Amino acid sequence: MKHRLKASQYAILVAVMLTASIGDTLLSRGMAQVGSVDLQHLGLLWQALFNPYIISGIVLLIGFFASYMTALSWADLTFVMPATAFGYVVIALLSRFWLHEHLSIYRWTGIALIVCAVGFVAGGPSRTEHESENSELDLMDSGVGR
Amino acid sequence: MMNAPTALRTWSAIGGVAALAVVGEVTIAAAMRKLGDLDIIRERSGLPGAIRAVLSSPLFLVGALCMALNFFAMLYALSIVDLSLAAPATASLTYIGNAVAAKLFLHENVDSRRWLAVLFVCVGVVLLSH
Repeated sequence: MKHRLKASQYAILVAVMLTASIGDTLLSRGMAQVGSVDLQHLGLLWQALFNPYIISGIVLLIGFFASYMTALSWADLTFVMPATAFGYVVIALLSRFWLHEHLSIYRWTGIALIVCAVGFVAGGPSRTEHESENSELDLMDSGVGR
Repeated sequence: MMNAPTALRTWSAIGGVAALAVVGEVTIAAAMRKLGDLDIIRERSGLPGAIRAVLSSPLFLVGALCMALNFFAMLYALSIVDLSLAAPATASLTYIGNAVAAKLFLHENVDSRRWLAVLFVCVGVVLLSH
């Protein structure tokens, strides 16, 4: 099959999954400490930048951004999207098996649906071929470009 | 009341976050597609070269601006809406918007399995927040 992903490309997709979900969790925890921000108190957003949870969340989200952009450079946006959704599954499973939280039947169903979605998309081609790019991609596939 | 935002305020915050995310992600995807495989660029000109290539793309800069605005819009939204509503609502809206925009503007081949995946992810994300 054309456009089969390399191991390093799967590693990038795993990084996309982990950094996004863990980064978001850190941010929400940080914002819970900072408190409610409204239009009259936008200065609180500046204060938020000094919260350790927010800082580590931002660092992870920069890592997410880098791996996400790398993935988008060789795969379709609609191919990479389910990988970010899989991050929610990671968070749910971590809370179940690491924090021993109870997962309701709704959550298990949600996990199953997202896993199915990843399966659907991963089974298909990772990239739409466009006429103008074909010659270049063929060159890469033949290994001449390396 | 400060602590009970109206439905309009809640949903405009959520809609705004999702719209910024869609514009940002589609623009960045377009920029990356135009740039070509980052792994190959990095092999050829190193990490600094790859970073320079990305930063000198105008499409990327527009997309990054949208994502930065999206970030602050999300911080704002999280302060007036519960995470349990804001996260799944913005995620679902962003997924649908991205799939439509990827088909319309990036001319990606969004086939039935990808539409099915969008549907499953949206329902799945909502169920996960229960």
